[in-house]
Amino acid sequence: MPTDTLQSSDSATTANGAHDAPTLKGSEIFVRALEEEGVDRVFGHPGGAVIKIYDAMERIQPSYDHVLVRHEQGGTHAAEGYAKATGRVGTVLVTSGPGATNTVTGIADAYLDSVPIVVFTGQVPTHLIGNDSFQETDTTGVTRSITKHNFLVRDVNELASTVRQAYHIARTGRPGPVVVDIPKDVQMSEAPFLYPEEPDLDGYSVPGAAAPSQVDRAAQMIEEAEKPLLYSGGGTINADAPEALTRLARKANIPVTTTLHGLGAFPETDDLALGWLGMHGFYHTNMAVQNADLIIACGARFDDRVTGDVEAWAPNAEIIHIDIDPSCISKNVYADCALIGDAQEVLQQLLPKVEPKDTTDWLTQIDEWREECPPYEYEASENDDIAPESVVEQLYEKTQGDAVMVTDVGQHQMWVCQYYKFGQTRSHISSGGLGTMGFGLPAAMGAAFGMREGRDLDVVCVSGDGGFVMNAQELSVAARHGLPLKIAVLNNNYLGMVRQWQSLFHEERFSHTDLRPTNPDFVKLAEAHHCVGLRATSPDEVGDVIDQAWTVDDRPVLMEFQVPKEEMVFPMVPAGAASDDMLTEMFNKEKMAEK
Amino acid sequence: MSDEAPLTRQQIRRKRKFGEPILPEEEDEAEQEHRHIIAVELENTIGALNRVTNLFSARGFNLESVAVGETEEPSVARLTLVTVGNDRIVAQITRQLDNLVNTYDVTDLTDAEHVERELCLLKVQYTSETRPEILDIKDIFRGRVVNVTPETMVLEVTGPNKKINAFVGMMEEHGIEEVARSGQVAMHRALEYEAPNPLASADAESTTNGSASDE
Ligand SMILES: Cc1ncc(C[n+]2csc(CCOP(=O)(O)OP(=O)(O)O)c2C)c(N)n1
Ligand SMILES: [Mg+2]
Repeated sequence: MPTDTLQSSDSATTANGAHDAPTLKGSEIFVRALEEEGVDRVFGHPGGAVIKIYDAMERIQPSYDHVLVRHEQGGTHAAEGYAKATGRVGTVLVTSGPGATNTVTGIADAYLDSVPIVVFTGQVPTHLIGNDSFQETDTTGVTRSITKHNFLVRDVNELASTVRQAYHIARTGRPGPVVVDIPKDVQMSEAPFLYPEEPDLDGYSVPGAAAPSQVDRAAQMIEEAEKPLLYSGGGTINADAPEALTRLARKANIPVTTTLHGLGAFPETDDLALGWLGMHGFYHTNMAVQNADLIIACGARFDDRVTGDVEAWAPNAEIIHIDIDPSCISKNVYADCALIGDAQEVLQQLLPKVEPKDTTDWLTQIDEWREECPPYEYEASENDDIAPESVVEQLYEKTQGDAVMVTDVGQHQMWVCQYYKFGQTRSHISSGGLGTMGFGLPAAMGAAFGMREGRDLDVVCVSGDGGFVMNAQELSVAARHGLPLKIAVLNNNYLGMVRQWQSLFHEERFSHTDLRPTNPDFVKLAEAHHCVGLRATSPDEVGDVIDQAWTVDDRPVLMEFQVPKEEMVFPMVPAGAASDDMLTEMFNKEKMAEK
Repeated sequence: MSDEAPLTRQQIRRKRKFGEPILPEEEDEAEQEHRHIIAVELENTIGALNRVTNLFSARGFNLESVAVGETEEPSVARLTLVTVGNDRIVAQITRQLDNLVNTYDVTDLTDAEHVERELCLLKVQYTSETRPEILDIKDIFRGRVVNVTPETMVLEVTGPNKKINAFVGMMEEHGIEEVARSGQVAMHRALEYEAPNPLASADAESTTNGSASDE
């Protein structure tokens, strides 16, 4: 490829006349298209089917940075973390076959949690597709049911426009993952490069505002309600609507509960904040749900971890449902009034129509429940054990809510949701829908890269000893880029959440959840990856370790906190039970006393 | 009693679940299952077709038949599908279909004035004794003989689903060799048609791209 073509292309990329467009190879078109799209970071891993693209990147030296991850699953989670922390689309680039299949878990995760990422996969040359060729996988087939949309680019002339469409689809409406599969011969053939200003997407439209008649109805229902409750999910954050939500709550004195992905949309130090609801939600919150006469769901999808027995959920409530995805309406719980549209726009429509109201009786009632089973309280461990909840509390003390908290999946994840008082939007990143162990570290890494592009918050990853090792290899990447990640591993030497279910529902038969005696030495594991490793084994060491960790700012620090295996997450609504059928710490103590 | 608030839908659902008696005024028509015929215009590619059928298996929707072919516009295919479900499920189906990036239009024709047709090819064995009766049945169903060999003939019948079922039923005693059915295709009669929203009582369709209006 003569370099003069590349140089001349600079002047003509946004021109509309095809005659101005430089002729480039597919691989170069790809690199330039990402620049045009405004991508600032790509998480990728090379291989035979994308070697041409990697070569073009080396020659062009594009305006975006490439991060070489150590496992493609890590790459997809990093892109998710980046997207959730910044509100931008995350980008992944991997090779065909195993490279593509390694991204599947991350894509499925992004699909269930509505995270905008675009995953580019190399593919064998078009004439070899279907021949069981080396490193061939039917990537569009494999990812069809876990993507918002996917493409196989068969013609180099369609490459640039496909990239344009992919980002548009990922970003707009209910966000989600998009896969673009690019055969090697398409990367090698030539075409004029033109990056379209608008995506050409006939069958795709995005709801904006809700129907005014429905808005009026919703305002009426709010006015008539005596026990209203706002139930806010990740959609509120995706729509950048936390401020509007807060205004609505304060204007009409409506208490707010948030889902796992909704945490941070409403300051938890506010009097109207009820914290999170559902399986491990607070007692008073779930009681409020079960007794409310109106629930206003905003960007939430009535997931079964929220509702438990869906038919017994919020039996006395009429439901207003605000959602950008029409297929979410009345999917799990019947909506009595549906406001289909962008949460931000809908709340703006609703705000002027809602009158201030007095909900004192209702709030008093909720306070009574709060006193019955107070949140943020736990049994201080006997012996000299570190209570896992206290670690989260001290992380909160250290950061005062000015941090992006990223978690893995398990008990530690629930404790973060319960004990960290989230105060700002996009400050909680976790795998909720798919519940993917191994998500935390790479997602935190992606979020930390995101902090380089604007926001400047500490990024803290809280992980379990089981899940951490599922993507521990990404420590090398975080170290290589000098990311000042703070990683807390709550080491209970068990697959703790499974152990908890075995304790409560399987007569303490701890089938294959014990990770001793060969659980890794986490301090050495950190050091082997060029990170700092610290360890706390008793309560008085916790604060010191945290203070020490915050003095390191040129590489990741891993803090291992040794916690007892017997700790359980309470309250708990057993799977499929009604939301007011909660197991609390009290229940557990009584059970222990019986023995 | 009279000044008590009417039950919420969640309360009625709960009653139904626990087998409590449901008063007539609490009966929710939306919970009844019905057969629905839905027309989908989509991109004329295997990938697009695949996404549609995949949706049914991935989400556990019922799919009784599906028929697909090119339209007057070669880049657009039309797919007609038949499914069974209550209003909530059918709304899910149409909205999930609508959400697919390469579907252009999804219309539930069930409650519209529409025509419905299915084509059936049926191969049957005959003897000189059974031949007249087979031809009689064919005539009653306004069918045609499209191929004959000394032992078998292939009959063609078109009509609504029920008529085809009846025809196949009638031929059974003559020893059917093979049946090929096209699945339903359907079209509404009017020039333009806006399908009613099955969840109309709960929601009005939102508008797209920011401009809000009712209807
Ligand atoms: C990839 C994957 N495999 C299995 C599970 C099931 N699972 C959920 S939580 C959990 C235990 C996690 O253990 P650990 O990481 O040590 O966290 P802890 O619960 O002890 O805090 C398991 C096995 C999962 N969510 N994801
Ligand atoms: Mg553990």
